[in-house]
Amino acid sequence: MARPSAPPLLALSGVFKRFGAVEALRDVELEIHAGEVIALVGDNGAGKSTLVKVIAGVEPADLGTLEWRGRPVHIGRPHDAQHLGIATVYQDLSLCDNLDVVGNLFLGREITRIGVLDEVEMERRTRDLLATLSIRIPDVRRPVAALSGGQRQTVAISRALLGEPRLVMLDEPTAALGIEQTAQVLDLVERLRERGLGVLLISHNLGDVKAVADYVAVLRLGRNNGFFDVTTTSQEQIVSSITGASDNAVTRRATREGEL
Amino acid sequence: MSVPGGIGGPTAHGAERFADAFGRKLGGGALGSVPVVLGLLVIWLTFQILNPHFLSPRNLSNLSVDIVGTGMIAVGVIFVLLIGEIDLSVGSVSGLASALFAVLSVNYGMPEPPAIVLAALCGTAVGFVHGFFTAVVGVPAFVVTLAGLLGWYGLMLAIMGAYGTINLDDQGLVAQLTNFYFSNVAAAYALAALGTAAYFLTAWRDVTRRRAAGVPFRSPAEIFLRTGLLAVIAFAAAYVLNQFQGLPLALLIFLVVLVILDYVLRRTAYGRMIFALGGGVEAARRAGVNVAWVRISAFMMSSTMAAIGGLFLASRINSVSQTSVSTDLLMNAIAAAVIGGTSLFGGRGSTWSALLGVLVIQSIASGVALMDIQTAVQFMITGGVLLLAVVVDTLSRRAQWGTRPGLVFRRDHSH
Ligand SMILES: Nc1ncnc2c1ncn2[C@@H]1O[C@H](COP(=O)(O)OP(=O)(O)OP(=O)(O)O)[C@@H](O)[C@H]1O
Ligand SMILES: [Mg+2]
Repeated sequence: MARPSAPPLLALSGVFKRFGAVEALRDVELEIHAGEVIALVGDNGAGKSTLVKVIAGVEPADLGTLEWRGRPVHIGRPHDAQHLGIATVYQDLSLCDNLDVVGNLFLGREITRIGVLDEVEMERRTRDLLATLSIRIPDVRRPVAALSGGQRQTVAISRALLGEPRLVMLDEPTAALGIEQTAQVLDLVERLRERGLGVLLISHNLGDVKAVADYVAVLRLGRNNGFFDVTTTSQEQIVSSITGASDNAVTRRATREGEL
Repeated sequence: MSVPGGIGGPTAHGAERFADAFGRKLGGGALGSVPVVLGLLVIWLTFQILNPHFLSPRNLSNLSVDIVGTGMIAVGVIFVLLIGEIDLSVGSVSGLASALFAVLSVNYGMPEPPAIVLAALCGTAVGFVHGFFTAVVGVPAFVVTLAGLLGWYGLMLAIMGAYGTINLDDQGLVAQLTNFYFSNVAAAYALAALGTAAYFLTAWRDVTRRRAAGVPFRSPAEIFLRTGLLAVIAFAAAYVLNQFQGLPLALLIFLVVLVILDYVLRRTAYGRMIFALGGGVEAARRAGVNVAWVRISAFMMSSTMAAIGGLFLASRINSVSQTSVSTDLLMNAIAAAVIGGTSLFGGRGSTWSALLGVLVIQSIASGVALMDIQTAVQFMITGGVLLLAVVVDTLSRRAQWGTRPGLVFRRDHSH
């Protein structure tokens, strides 16, 4: 599968991010095209979530260039990313526990009529959105603190899809989900691709990655460590790229058990 | 029977639905104002049994004016509590504002209206300073406002230094705040009727819009019930007030402030941001909320209301002196907010808790004063009630949000 020649939706290069003594991202580059699902993989602490936060404007990069559809942009705060059409589901879910589902979905972009919150319209759209995503939540007026972990995750995902995002970043969206819900989220990712959105999906589950992603970008210790076309790459290659060597505990086990 | 809330909702009868919702609230711990209303009734009945003058129109009317000063301060404190912070300076700020007003109007001969505005703006400025150090510099609000408690008290002493006690003009605007009564009986009844009608119309319009949009709505029976309850309380209060001197201006202003600020908190995007901060600062920040600004604004709200409350307190005694700032003013204002049902943990509460809480506190004070027992008893009762309120707050929070420690003790001041 050849990558399209149009300018990418988002292109990063030379991104650095440091937290005190920890250099979380070192000279990272990444391109995401519209209509593509890119999986971002890497071991714990590789810098995946940090990269997502850089793009989302939550933790702006120390250094590096970001181009949005061919034009250089500066993303210094969450608003900047939202304006471009970048929607994010964070690993730590980022919901306000005391607000209800409707309040969380529309937080920061409430619908108002002459300065007054239009609760009815927001609730109607919430129900419509949850229905299209076939998400069942018993009562959209309950504080999200009262929801189960998986329900909270689905709320976080719907929150990202509200509005008309062009790029959706999902940081381990299926981590708290059951089998059925995981399949639904993966279906959803495919539907987003069909609608021509760009998707950046972080997951530790290489099975899921192979199932839905077009390309896999590997981060290791804060650096790029490979970019693969899923259709032509074996899981083994990806694993060795994640762990950094072909001779390590994971591949040894795998070869022994003849799994890969 | 038509089924309100059709979409996926249980197809039970109205009353059952109501009971169900109540049960869920009980289980969920979000009882709201039910415990405090029951508590208030118990307090009133107890004092009435101990002293038959307690529920007299005269005493209740005085009570309705006495609550306003502290109540105004408590309303401001609620904004700060909602974002999960605390403001310990409100007593000193209210004293500072009343001192500023007294010196400007009495000693410098400034007309009262601009002096009132300046006193209120002085509060706003003080709040900005607190908010700046908390939200921008990152010092915990506890420490910033503790410094404020000392510093603004010192500034008030400096302003009052040469004067000792300043008597306000008895015919002046500020004196009238708590001295003026609408003695025409129509006034109190008109207010009761207006309030009830406004409540009903708002609720009804909401039902109509929700029905049209196809989202669940309250059953008409529930709305009638609520409106009926409100009407009974409002007209009973109007009747009692009319037995004495009529509708007090101070009470009218307090109610108007409560309604407006309640509207701001529940129905505007700004109010939503205040609640969001109390429910998760990081989530709010990622949603694009300007966290620093919302924090600063909450402190400005708190100090401005403290200044306004100070003017009402000065009006009640018609003078300002160096002893205007008492420590129990601060404690009462915060206790009122918490007793009324605003959570100390942030994110949960309403302006009406200021009214309910301050009613509880002033009722105790007034009952104790009538019975001529020492204030020592008053402090002990109020302390007990406060502890009870915080226990209810903590338990209901635990019931509703589970015992996730990270949530229960999530009052960090990190950014
Ligand atoms: N706010 C922060 N302050 C300090 N260090 C941080 C912060 N956020 C991340 N780090 C550090 O940056 C590195 C990368 O963290 P990151 O969360 O991006 O990893 P990750 O790839 O998402 O890992 P996981 O798979 O466990 O989610 C880690 O070493 C982490 O300790
Ligand atoms: Mg992560």
